[in-house]
Formats: sequence, structure tokens, C-alpha cells
Amino acid sequence: MVMTESKLQEGTPMTALALSAKIKAGKVKVEDVVRQQLEVIKKEDATYHCYITVWEEEALKRAREVQAEIDAGQYADSPLAGVPIAIKDNICTKGQRTTCASKMLENFRPPYNAEVIDRLEAAGAVILGKVNMDEFAMGSTTETSYFGITKNPHGVEYVPGGSSGGAAAAVAAGEAVVALGSDTGGSIRQPSSFCGVTGIKPTYGTVSRYGLIAYASSLDQIGPIGNTVADCASVLEVIAGHDAKDSTSVPTESYSYTSALVNDVKGKKIGIPKGYLGKGLEEEVKTAILRAAKVLEEQGAIVEEFDLDIVDLAIPAYYVLASAEASSNLSRYDGVKYGYRTPDFESLQELYKKTRSEGFGQEVKRRMMIGAFVLSSGYYDAYYNKALRVKALIKEGFDRAFEKYDVILGPTAPTTALKIGENLADPLKMYLGDIYTVSVNLAGLPAISLPCGKDSKGLPIGLQLIGKPFGDKDIIQVAYTFEQNDTV
Amino acid sequence: MKAYETVIGLEVHVELATKTKIFCGCTTEFGGAPNTHCCPVCTGMPGTLPVLNKKVVEFAVAAGLATNCTITQNCKFDRKNYFYPDLPKAYQVSQLYLPICRDGGIEIDVNGVKKVIGIHEIHMEEDAGKLVHDEWDDCTLVDYNRCGVPLIEIVSDPDMRSAEEVIAYLEKLKLILQYLGVSDCKMQEGSLRADVNLSVREMGASEFGTRTEMKNLNSFKAIARAIEGERKRQIEVIEYGKKIVQETRRWDDNKDTSFAMRSKEDAQDYRYFPEPDLVPIEISDAWLEEVRQRQPELRDEKMARYEKEYDIPEYDAALITSSKNVADLFEATVAICKKPKEVSNWLMVETMRLLKEHEMEPENIAFSPENLAKLIALIEAGSINRTVAKEVFEVVFTDNIDPESYVKEKGLLMVNDEGALRKTIEEIVAANPQSVEDYHNGKTKAMGFLVGQTMKAMKGKADPGMINQIVMELLQ
Repeated sequence: MVMTESKLQEGTPMTALALSAKIKAGKVKVEDVVRQQLEVIKKEDATYHCYITVWEEEALKRAREVQAEIDAGQYADSPLAGVPIAIKDNICTKGQRTTCASKMLENFRPPYNAEVIDRLEAAGAVILGKVNMDEFAMGSTTETSYFGITKNPHGVEYVPGGSSGGAAAAVAAGEAVVALGSDTGGSIRQPSSFCGVTGIKPTYGTVSRYGLIAYASSLDQIGPIGNTVADCASVLEVIAGHDAKDSTSVPTESYSYTSALVNDVKGKKIGIPKGYLGKGLEEEVKTAILRAAKVLEEQGAIVEEFDLDIVDLAIPAYYVLASAEASSNLSRYDGVKYGYRTPDFESLQELYKKTRSEGFGQEVKRRMMIGAFVLSSGYYDAYYNKALRVKALIKEGFDRAFEKYDVILGPTAPTTALKIGENLADPLKMYLGDIYTVSVNLAGLPAISLPCGKDSKGLPIGLQLIGKPFGDKDIIQVAYTFEQNDTV
Repeated sequence: MKAYETVIGLEVHVELATKTKIFCGCTTEFGGAPNTHCCPVCTGMPGTLPVLNKKVVEFAVAAGLATNCTITQNCKFDRKNYFYPDLPKAYQVSQLYLPICRDGGIEIDVNGVKKVIGIHEIHMEEDAGKLVHDEWDDCTLVDYNRCGVPLIEIVSDPDMRSAEEVIAYLEKLKLILQYLGVSDCKMQEGSLRADVNLSVREMGASEFGTRTEMKNLNSFKAIARAIEGERKRQIEVIEYGKKIVQETRRWDDNKDTSFAMRSKEDAQDYRYFPEPDLVPIEISDAWLEEVRQRQPELRDEKMARYEKEYDIPEYDAALITSSKNVADLFEATVAICKKPKEVSNWLMVETMRLLKEHEMEPENIAFSPENLAKLIALIEAGSINRTVAKEVFEVVFTDNIDPESYVKEKGLLMVNDEGALRKTIEEIVAANPQSVEDYHNGKTKAMGFLVGQTMKAMKGKADPGMINQIVMELLQ
């Protein structure tokens, strides 16, 4: 596989693949790589605030271990040997605090690793620390974090997107080579788009959710964020796989995502939903998306527009279903067992009420209240059941589309990064920004966001490619081809 | 006063006898130091996920088949949401929309009158933990050992009309579950718990009255008393011209009365919805057939077999099979000693007497078939007589001792040394000339006196047949 680094900005860290090749060739020591990364973090994070917890000592210790293991001949096949990685702070790390960017879990140290952490460690990756996010992954700007906002490396007055804003910004700012995020309604793809990096939301069931602190269990999926399609494919290859600890994990034939890093889309059928180019889409974004489609067409893909007419229903259905699950998933934070507990209370009821009132932020409370409401007796059919039916319709709509197309192409978000504070006051407006991403989660599909230019403000624009169920390789191949042939 | 009819339905929670919990690998063993039988999964730590124990499904299906239910071959779990410190996830994984078994029923027999009690549904769910109040520090502690222990809830139709019918239904259910091996049904350990839904209505009325739900019923006796108490209370309320309030009541067996816990108005909204962390359960025809084939012999079949195979009376067979534990003990002991009637006698007479004396349930019998078989062998060999055997059995019953070594240690073996026995009898005969004379004067009772004196002198360890023979000889 040939790497092209020409496209990368000067000063950005090299790709994971190039780095691990260099490490394995003995050209650079893991400890030096990690030390250098920690220095970048020290320098840049005062500005961008990507990290909640930096594992300075642990990372250096692990770097020395990995170096010794590499010297002993281990990790010969691993694309991540010695590669520094940042982890979204809703992924459990044994003995290391995992906060979900919430006061509720400010000092929570899980007694176990998430499955993906075990897999990363088995591949020789070195974890740099835990990165910022919207509280419990609820938000699209990383502004709802209890630990403060993360700033967009392409302009500090802009949000990095969310909820995996810390992960995307860390990669963009060179504070990590690659990162793990999680995506429930666009939380990997939208910040990747805003920060000008690449992120994959895999097919639901591809990556184990064991140890991912749940927001909406039926929609959550962990995925990689990196500088290139190849890096994302490599990380995905390491973290994907059947896990008996996750009942929703689905065994698939092949997890060899890097085998799809092929510069060829000849004959591939790519559909663009007309609804994805309509009202609400910024003109500059539209132009960039159509230009990207042209690039693929020039490479031999067959591109056409088609009707996917359920787009409008996706957002309300998503917010009903995700909030319903969230209201249940987050009920366990009650001050009894772990996490925040209100200092003063007279009764059990008061313990619950004050702990939860004080421990959760506003957006989390809003979604839990919506969720409790839509599940309540007398409203269940009108909201929850109806949303389930919409979900089924959305899935059917995509199924029909994938009878004709290999990949669906469109924007990741209707706009480029928003100014800090712009959306926080108007949650409905913020929710509408998820229009192109949430239906992918509702249908359980794989999707990738990758940079396809910048707007006049110099902010990155994200191209989204959606695949059929377990068609993760299809989108990787099309994305890789675009990346290799995009000359802008 | 008008004539009233009592209408009763039961919700029976049964703890399944799986080795591990429903969604993790922790042990289900009863007891244990607080919070030692749990892990991140059953304590609902953030990020953990449940994995269904297939044995739970198998046991639920077995219970459904044995109670003539239709098995829901495509069923799923739902979350029941409520806050309580013994419920670490703040939701219980249960089944509301598609329970695993539906529309069954079992036949009961009350004083020769047979009746079918309908089973509305059986669903699977997880148990919660337990709160322990620490009086010393005035605080409440929580023990999560029971969290995630698998349960099935068996919901009957409102088909019962009296406490007798309820007890008959529960006895029958308990036997079925024990025979299936899906639960030990120990009420004291909480592995069988029943909530009673009861309403009354005027005799002949077609509509049901307003019902109450009674909780905290820890024995069949408590259930019978609670039914009687609640029936009377409801009739009094109605006779007084008032209305029954739909509520949950807590039975206090010591005070022989119940207290309102919560009314329907403050009933919680459990906000049930499908459990997204588990996939729907698909039960194939082939697997269902497999479970059906594996169903063990239930009580009626066993009774018939005992009469035929072991040639014991119907009465014996009925008594022995009235508890799975006793039946198992019977078969295991017979397998060793090959004396069915003898084993049956020990189980029916002495065992039942001692159970009553110790206020124990047959499920709690602790002695081994080996030790009962040894006791029987000692009698057969003439090593101990029946009087001594009964004494030894009491110790077998309480402490499961090895009768062979016990009788040796305690010097209870019969003296079969004819010389020593003859010498003792000669002394007794010599010391009681009056009795000898009485005997020769036709008072045969006198011989009994001499035999008794001999037995006393031998501390009961002599063979009564041999004593008789020697006394007779000496008197002639």
C-alpha cells in the first residue's frame, strides 16, 4: 500500500501507518514519539483544550514496554505498533478516570477496560489520554462538557463539532496521531467534518460496545478518527471484531478493512439523495460536495441523484429514540454506588433529586426529560412506537437505495463549523445540524466523513459516504479513491 | 349479610436453579459475604453489557411446557425503569411485551374436585439486590449478591376461589418446578415468592370487584391466613358501604394483618421499552423439541412407576413423591439397599415425624441416601434392633452421621454373644423366683417381665428374639 503524504499540511504529525513503519524499522523510538506528542499536547492544549486527562507517565511507561516488545519481535503485523492514540472519555479505561465530560463521573475509575482498549493495547498502540466531548455524548459542539469547551484548530472562535470534538480536534491539532470517538447521531462524522479530519462510524455491531458508556445503546458505535482514510481503516481493523461480551456484536466474514484501500471506483454506483442538497445546506458546502462527486465520476464512478424522501423524519425519530434510551441508561447515576453524590440530603428521594440535579448538565437533563416523557404511560405509542416505525421506514428507504447504489454520497453537515456559543442557546437549531448523519445511525449503516475542501472562511467541509449494512469496505474504497485523486 | 365469592390470582416469582446469573458469570449461590457474588455487569457499572444465560431460557421453556403454555418462539426483553438502591441500573430487565410463555394452565384437586387454573404468562427477569439496615450506625447498606439471579414470574388467571385452591395450585406448581429441576422452590430462602391478587364480589356477579395485591407472604400458612384476612377486610369495607381501593398491601404475619403500602394513584410508571442491549430470542422448532424431549418424569408418572417398579402401595408412592427431594432420596437409597418398602417406611414414618418436630420442609432434608441405606443394612444384619435404629436415625436426620461408625463409637451394637447373654438371664431368673413361679402358675405375662429386665440389663443392645429363646429355655 502506497501512502501519499503530500496532501497533509506541513507541521502535522505523520500518519499512523508511516509512523509505525518507521518505529518498526528502528528509525525512531516509541518513547521519543510519545514524548514529542506529550510536548505538542503541553504546547497546544492550552489553546484547544482537547484533553480532559493526559496520561503523561503511563504513556511514557507504556511506550518503553511497547518498544521492548517491538525489539523482541512483537507487533510485526500491527499497523499501530507504538502509535500514540487519544481516547474519547466515554470509553472505559481500567483504573483511569473516565468522566463522560460530566461532573457526575468526574472521578469515576472503571475497574475494567472497554473491549476496544484491550484490542488497541494488544496491537501495541500507546494511549495518550482521554479527550473532551459533549457531556455523555449529548451535543454537537463539545460545549456541553463539564470540563470546558474545546476549540477548533482551524479557528479558535469556532466549535470543533461534537460530541467527539476533543478527539477530532486532537487529531487536527497534532495532539494525537489517531483517536477513538463514538457516534450515536453523527458524533464522529460531524466533528471530523468541522475539524478537517477523517472519521468512520462503522456498521452497528462491528465494534464491541463493551465498556462504551451508553448514551443510546441501539445507536452507539465506536469508530476511528485520523488524518487519512488509511489510518482510519487501520484503526478500525484493530478495534473491529466479534465480542461475546456484547450481544449486539455481529460476526462478519472479514475485518480486513485495509484491503479496501484501493484507488479504484470504476463502475461503482454512487447515489446522491436530492434531499441532501436542498434547503438548509450552505451553498459553499453544496459546491464542494458536487465537486467531490465530480472527482469520483472522473475516476469512473457512476454518479446520479435520487429521491430518499424520509430525510425530514429522521431528526424527530432520532431524538425520541435516543432520548428514551438515554433516560434509562443514565438513571443509574443516582449517587448510591459511584460518581457524584450530593453532600447534603435528608432522604433517599432527596439524595436522588439533588445528586442528579447537581451532577448533570442542562442538555443531559433536557434529553432525559424528553426520554422519560416519550416512554411514559399514555404517550408511548404516540412517540416511542411511532419513532420506531419511522426508524423501520428509514431502514427500508436505504435498503431500496442500496439495491441501486453501492455508496450514497452527500454532505456530513449542512454547514461548516459554527461559532462558539452560536448554537447552545437554540437546541432545536443544533438538532437540525444532524440532519445528514442521524438517519445513518437509525438504519445501523456505516458512514465516513472526510475533508473535501474549505469554505471562504477557511473552515473545512466534510464529505459523507454512506454504505450498505457491513459495506464498510465500500465506503473506505470510495473515500480512499477520492482522497488519492482530490487535487484541491 | 350477602353471600360473597372470593376471586384470587397469583403472581409467583421463582428463582431458577442455574449455576450462574442471568446476564453474567457470577454464582447464584445463596448467602455469601455481602457483595462477593457480583461483578461490574450485575452491578450495572457504566459501559457494561448483559449476555443472556441460555440455561435461563431453557428452564423457562421447560416450566412453560410443563404448565401447558404456548412458547413464544420470538420473544424479547424489556426494561422496567424505577429508582431504588437495590436496583443498580435503575431498571430491571424483564419481559412485558413478548413474554416467553403464554396461555397455559394446570389442574388442581381440592378434596376430590378437579379444576384447571389458567396461567396467563410466564416471563423471565433478573432479581434485585437487598437492603440491610444497620441499626448500630443508623444507615442502610446494600448487598448486590442477589442482583441478576434469574427469576421467572408465573402469572395465573384469576381462577382461584379459596385459600385451599391457592395452596393446591402452589403445591402443584412447586412440585412441577422441583421435578423439572428448574428451581428448588425454598420459600425461606426466597426462591419461591407469591403475591396474591384478591377481590370479592357478590355471589353470581359477572364483573370482578376491585382487587388488592398482597406482598410479603413467606409461607403457605401465611398465604392462607392472608387470604382469609383480606377476604374478611374487603367484605367488611363493602358491607360498610365503602369502596375497595386498588392498592398494594403488605402482610404482617406476626400481627396477622395487612397494611396499605401504596395505592394505584401513586403506582409508578415503569416506562417499559425494549431492552436495546439484548437481541431478540429466537427459539427454533428443533431446540424446542429438544427441550421437550429432555423433560424429566413428573410426579404423576413417577407415582405410577413406583407402584409398578417397586411394588409399594399407592399411599406410599403419593407421600414419597409429594416432594422431589424425598423422591430422589427414595430412589437413591433403594438403588443402594434394594429394599423399597423398608426405605419407604423410614421416609414416610420417621422422616415425616422428624420434619414436623423440627418444623422443616422436605426440601431441607440433609441426610444422604448412603447413610439411610447403611442404617437399614445394620438392622437387616441384626447388628442393631429397631429401637436403637430409631435413635440412630434421629442423629442421621439431624447431623447426617455415618450410622456404622456411630453405633460402634457409642457401643450400640447388639450383643450377639450368647454366652454373655445367657449368663445375664441366668442371673435375672435367679434373682426373680416369684416371676418364675408365676410363670409356672400359668401367668405367661411374667415371662415378659423377665425379657424386659434382661433388655434393661443389656441396655437395649440384645436381640429380642435371642432373649426370648433363652428365657423360655431356662423357664422350661
